[in-house]
Amino acid sequence: MKHRYLPMTESDKKQMLDAIGVESIDELFSDIPEKVRFDRQYDLKPALPETTLVKELSALAGRNADSNSHASFLGAGVYDHYKPIIVDHVISRSEFYTAYTPYQPEFSQGELQAIFEFQSMICELTGMDIANSSMYDGGTSLAEAGMLAAGHTRRKKLLISEAVHPEYRDVVKTYALGQSIQVEEIPLKDGQTDYDALSSMIDGDTAGVLVQYPNFFGQIENIREAAEIAHENKSLFIVSSNPLALAVLTPPGKLGADITVGDAQPFGIPEAFGGPHCGYFAVTKKLMRKVPGRLVGETTDEEGRRGYVLTLQAREQHIRRDKATSNICSNQALNALAASVAMSALGKQGVREMALQNISKTQYAIRAFKEAGYEVLFGGPSFNEFVVKCKEPVADLNGRLLDAGIIGGYHLGLTYPELEGHMLIAVTEQRTKEEIDALVQEMEAIHA
Amino acid sequence: MHKENQPLIFEISKEGRIGYSLPELDVPETDLSGLLPEGLIRKEAAELPEVSELDIMRHYTALSTRNHGVDSGFYPLGSCTMKYNPKVNETVARLSGFANVHPLQEESSVQGAMELMYDLQEHLVEITGMDEVTLQSAAGAHGEWTALMMIRAFHEANGDHNRTKVIIPDSAHGTNPASATVAGLETITVKSDENGLVDIEDLKRVAGEDTAALMLTNPNTLGLFEENILEMAEIVHGVGGKLYYDGANLNAIMSKVRPGDMGFDAVHLNLHKTFTGPHGGGGPGSGPVGVKKELVPFLPKPVLVKKDDVFTFDYDRPKAIGRIKPFYGNFGINVRAYAYIRSMGADGLKLVSEYAVLNANYMMRRLAPHFDLPYDRHCKHEFVLSGRRQKQLGVRTLDIAKRLLDFGFHPPTIYFPLNVEEGMMIEPTETESKETLDAFIDAMIQIAREAEENPEIVQEAPHTTVVSRLDETQAARKPVLKYSRPEKAEPVAVN
Repeated sequence: MKHRYLPMTESDKKQMLDAIGVESIDELFSDIPEKVRFDRQYDLKPALPETTLVKELSALAGRNADSNSHASFLGAGVYDHYKPIIVDHVISRSEFYTAYTPYQPEFSQGELQAIFEFQSMICELTGMDIANSSMYDGGTSLAEAGMLAAGHTRRKKLLISEAVHPEYRDVVKTYALGQSIQVEEIPLKDGQTDYDALSSMIDGDTAGVLVQYPNFFGQIENIREAAEIAHENKSLFIVSSNPLALAVLTPPGKLGADITVGDAQPFGIPEAFGGPHCGYFAVTKKLMRKVPGRLVGETTDEEGRRGYVLTLQAREQHIRRDKATSNICSNQALNALAASVAMSALGKQGVREMALQNISKTQYAIRAFKEAGYEVLFGGPSFNEFVVKCKEPVADLNGRLLDAGIIGGYHLGLTYPELEGHMLIAVTEQRTKEEIDALVQEMEAIHA
Repeated sequence: MHKENQPLIFEISKEGRIGYSLPELDVPETDLSGLLPEGLIRKEAAELPEVSELDIMRHYTALSTRNHGVDSGFYPLGSCTMKYNPKVNETVARLSGFANVHPLQEESSVQGAMELMYDLQEHLVEITGMDEVTLQSAAGAHGEWTALMMIRAFHEANGDHNRTKVIIPDSAHGTNPASATVAGLETITVKSDENGLVDIEDLKRVAGEDTAALMLTNPNTLGLFEENILEMAEIVHGVGGKLYYDGANLNAIMSKVRPGDMGFDAVHLNLHKTFTGPHGGGGPGSGPVGVKKELVPFLPKPVLVKKDDVFTFDYDRPKAIGRIKPFYGNFGINVRAYAYIRSMGADGLKLVSEYAVLNANYMMRRLAPHFDLPYDRHCKHEFVLSGRRQKQLGVRTLDIAKRLLDFGFHPPTIYFPLNVEEGMMIEPTETESKETLDAFIDAMIQIAREAEENPEIVQEAPHTTVVSRLDETQAARKPVLKYSRPEKAEPVAVN
């Protein structure tokens, strides 16, 4: 068998076996005990030539409804946003995407500088002092923040708002289970974290208070109040934030956050059925040596030229092994690059304009639903999501919306039993006024 | 050589330039002051760059030329499996029906994506010899932790609350002990013997009633097959522990032996190594976990199931360890791995391991006269040389690595595993031609000669890169981790 990825020829093989001094390749595997050797062939689907492979995978892809073929109003942590075309051109440069972690800085200045720029941009948006080079996603990043808080304060309890993404909360709980940390949920009050409840729940065991800004329902909470409660108790204040919203909102760093985490997916990263996205992790200066994952720092070479290296590596698993601050090794470097390109393309003006469009279109949609006689829940300000009480079961509704070319919202009853029959609707800058009107109309038509 | 600093994108920013294209707002603009309390309205804009589209493209193109990938040249970084990243993988991962699908859509609207995942799981079950596979873990370390959490849950479900120790060889990757800690378990190190394999007597000594698991990479990080694997499995299973397979080195043994048949109970794979997901400059990866039947109930939620040709996510898993990641794993990387497996088929994957091992043994034999070879036997997909001989001449392994850069080669993994002095871990992979291997071998032989005849040229390397050696001590001592805008200079008063 010949294959385009395998350059070995018969004459190469013979010369190499001769140089090694063996008769056959099999001899090189003679150290595998006979008893466990695999003595048949893998039972796999047959190999496909390139064109057939593309056809077959295109057919599979074609069976999915996507946000190009449909108008998507689904958010809940993953959004259909404007992706500047240039993003894909930059990350398709294979010097970036076929490189490993930049362990040899002289050969990896491009990647290292790009990460340094990513760290800087995340600091700008979040108002934090230090950002790392990325985490797997927003959920594991939040979990790592909780673990950092427990390690830093030597306390064993986390208080997490029920207004934090339900899947993020689940991830936090799994990580916490591993480290015997207790997790308690702060209840809701009108779609926001109940700060009075927080005040009564917090105690000397509380390592951290975890909230989301804007929260899972799209509500923009006044988190400064929660920060004060946390700090009075010497607990760390941890904020999970959509970085796009921070273009127009006072950043967590200015509202008392000790750690700000989230997902940079809104910046140029495709939805991709849930991943890969791009977690970010940002802290105040005092937590610098507790940060999980890789950090890039500036330095100089022997001639005094500016250059970049991985730094403060004593925190990391390959040096510290079982004493490391985290086990993370691979991260989401290429998606951090994608986010950097998108943040550069949008720039100082574009992020603000895009965030404002999200707010304005969401306000328009809220008014449209109210005018059509829907109850729109929760009284606080919204970023790009809001909750509507549906007149029919949400799954039925979404099924029929699909036929009308619309991907409907998230059924909140799946994770909040008290919100059965309620839909979380996301309206990004991608949605036109016509599409918003069509959504309201289609929901009405179905109802009628 | 570039003598000047490469500007940061912030340094080419100019007020008023834009690089984006948003439509005009087609609804009334919301006045923030009517919506938000004063304290929540951002006062100072985030200082992101203001650049044109061409500025961006030139900036990142310049950065890319200062970076070395597999497509730039040979990258024999041991344990990282830096093989060719097929281009068709990139094409199919970008199909709109994969790239632009939301994870929370109605299941009826994502059956194609779910079928791909299911089929990939089935293929990985066959390749590893395990009973079930989950695709949820985002990377190798995440997979290690996931599997250890499952093993821990298994023991606890049996009332075995004192199984808190994970046995890890001294040659293991650093993620192994770190993952054990994150899973709330303790690490015990088992020594290697004079053949570079796990010391069986030491394993017997450390294994006991408190053993949760043994974590093993096989072939190990020296590139040597742990030929006593059956005896090791017997020892660990004999005391009630589980065997965990770190799949970082699976590229050596496909179609030759399967982790499930060697006695392993859990395994993680690095789809970004063996199965050509690109490394992306450090990620994203994908680290699926495979387990034997006993551990299946503990798989993280949700589990993808197929019923009457319809795919659904099952959340009703009372024994599950919980959720380890939002949504369903790094789907985009899984699409690439699936495309690779479908390109190779069973025959192709067998050749992959055979050629990876042939290439490594060829390089090892040709380099052995020039460097120390601490473990002289057939290797698998990688091997470890020692730079002891060169060190006596004043040339360290770090110097050899830096000198390789001048030849356009990425150096091997150095100073790892920890049990080899001045180690150089070389993994050629199967996608490299004999000509490339020969060119690298020639460069190594030349460097060995330079170490004897002209050590300065090695000690002062690299000579041709865009920067020379960087001051890592300064970087750590006075950390500069982000760009700071220069203070705006006050206008100088002119009389």
